Amino acid sequence: MRDVAIVSFASSAVPKDAVHNEVEMIVPTVRAAVASSGIPRSEIGFTCSGSLDYLQGGPFAFVMGLDGVGAWPPIRESHVEMDAAWALYEAWVAIQTGEVDSALVYGFGKSSLGDVHEIMTLQTDPYYLAPLWPSMVDMAALQACAYLEASGRGEKDLAAVAARAKGLTVEAVLGQPVTHPPLRDADIFPVTDGTAAVVLAADDLARSVCERPAWIRGIEHRIEAHGLGVRDLTASESTRLAAQAAGVGAGKVDVAELHAQFSHEELILADALGLGEATAINPSGGALASNPIMSAGLIRFGEVAKRIWTGEVDRGVAHATSGPCLQQNMVAVLEGSN
Amino acid sequence: MNAPSEASLLPPHHHVLEYPGGYTRSVGPVVGRFLTGLRDGRIEGVRLADGRVLVPPTEYDPTTSAAVAPQGDHWVTLGPAGRVQAFTWVAQPRRGKHPLDRPFAFALIRPDGADTSMLHAVDCGSPDAIVVGSRVAPRWRAERSGSVNDIEAWVPLGDGEEPDPAPLRVPEQDEQPVTGIVSPVRLEYEINAGEATARYLLGLAQGKIIGGRAPSSDYVYAASRGTDPMTGEPTSIEVEVHDTGVVTTFCVVNIPGLSELAPEIPYASAQILLDGADNTFFGLIRGVPVDEIRMGMRVKARWADELKPDHTSILWWEPTGEPDADYETYKGYL
Repeated sequence: MRDVAIVSFASSAVPKDAVHNEVEMIVPTVRAAVASSGIPRSEIGFTCSGSLDYLQGGPFAFVMGLDGVGAWPPIRESHVEMDAAWALYEAWVAIQTGEVDSALVYGFGKSSLGDVHEIMTLQTDPYYLAPLWPSMVDMAALQACAYLEASGRGEKDLAAVAARAKGLTVEAVLGQPVTHPPLRDADIFPVTDGTAAVVLAADDLARSVCERPAWIRGIEHRIEAHGLGVRDLTASESTRLAAQAAGVGAGKVDVAELHAQFSHEELILADALGLGEATAINPSGGALASNPIMSAGLIRFGEVAKRIWTGEVDRGVAHATSGPCLQQNMVAVLEGSN
Repeated sequence: MNAPSEASLLPPHHHVLEYPGGYTRSVGPVVGRFLTGLRDGRIEGVRLADGRVLVPPTEYDPTTSAAVAPQGDHWVTLGPAGRVQAFTWVAQPRRGKHPLDRPFAFALIRPDGADTSMLHAVDCGSPDAIVVGSRVAPRWRAERSGSVNDIEAWVPLGDGEEPDPAPLRVPEQDEQPVTGIVSPVRLEYEINAGEATARYLLGLAQGKIIGGRAPSSDYVYAASRGTDPMTGEPTSIEVEVHDTGVVTTFCVVNIPGLSELAPEIPYASAQILLDGADNTFFGLIRGVPVDEIRMGMRVKARWADELKPDHTSILWWEPTGEPDADYETYKGYL
């Protein structure tokens, strides 16, 4: 295996960007990530993005994103209709093949253009789920209900997560009405428009451009059955298995950035990853504070990497999720030591 | 970028994403059998190799991926009553999408005899009227077509109360098992154009075609989306291009109804290299018999009487009567 590291990261997030289109949003983020990587744009071997055409309401909308990265002379490029964390995974694989030594990974999306909770219904199976139009929040609330019932945890546990992410007191959260039982508004991610970009580099290239690269020591993603009534919603077996394969338990975890879009998801994920008191969970606020869809998973990688570059932490876990109710989960271990 | 932004002068564009009539989906024999059962007023599941009963059934065992046969005695009739495994409350139903137009619960319901649960609506009036473990039973529609919506909703069942049977329906003549469903999809958006496109659209409302270029390049893009796509650099320099140009390539359209701007067929659509621009621009060609349209023909925009910040401001393009452009002058834009 080649040593691959995150050497730069940039992101943007606002509740609603009514001024810029997607391409105009991508440009400053990609340029910042490329500039701080120290690798000239023309020398980056591979470009991979993650986005969701349904956010824009047009087929092949992702192709226009390329107008923001510079694609001439023609570049080696790919795209996933998933969070850009999966684009990072594809880029990591491309680097492992030895074909390229570096990659630009970016994600973008404007959740404010339509009803993102409803748009996410379209990722569900078209025979049994989509005809009933359960929203993303409805489905998450069903998982929250199942989790609280099975775990013995309660609304105060949810509120503690929400309060930390959103800078509120637990009392203030508990004072909110329960809009999607058992969830309150504070337990639900805010609609966010935004972008993210990272540059990956291998081996000596990473060492030459970055004083303390954030090495990806393990990375794995696992998926569970799609049907909500088929799998155990009270735990995340796919996260547990991905964590095992990525080697999470092989050392201390200073920081974990978890792609939890709802309060209960953070609790389920922390259980599955075996995280305890010694780990700072979502010091960035996580996706509960800011959730640019299709970038928020990649941002978890960037937030851990940032803390490694500065020496604030030595070892961290980045997590990303996809699908309804944590159906698919990616776990990576990032380390600062060589 | 300019401030205050032109983009803020342009109201968002209301965009509806809808495939007329909905997507027609083949359901296959396993899902088809389950949906046929619903049409008959019956909930069927399948017993898997490990003995668990799966509902709603899928073509594969969700644990082992083993194929599930569409026929055989592993198919079992369930419930129809069941128990709520998890629920939430929908205070504001989405009209035309959700099963009910009054507040209801979404629940995962495990029909009696099953080991998995199915998502559906529970019509129980209030979030206080449902708990994990509530007994519920389906309220069937009288008109059933082979869809999960053949159950209108589930309703609470009192102690010892028996579920109502599905109302009888008269099968159509020679009725066949369900093989497909129609899935309507409608999503609505408020799209904002972005700075560069807003400059272009606001230009159209003044009878101008506004393009842009990046400081590092001479290339002018008419109707820029904000960057030079070759470099990814912002096209921060605004450039007005001419409303005249050269047809680089074209196609004669013989299909009626494709464009509101071209009610009569045949007409031609073309790529036009505008004078002053370095990319081609899409337009319709009229004012000339289609068999006289040719590559290199010089054309001019025919503007609408009423100019608006959208594509209807240019009705079509028509010949100027100037001599054709030499192929060498536009061959790099094909």
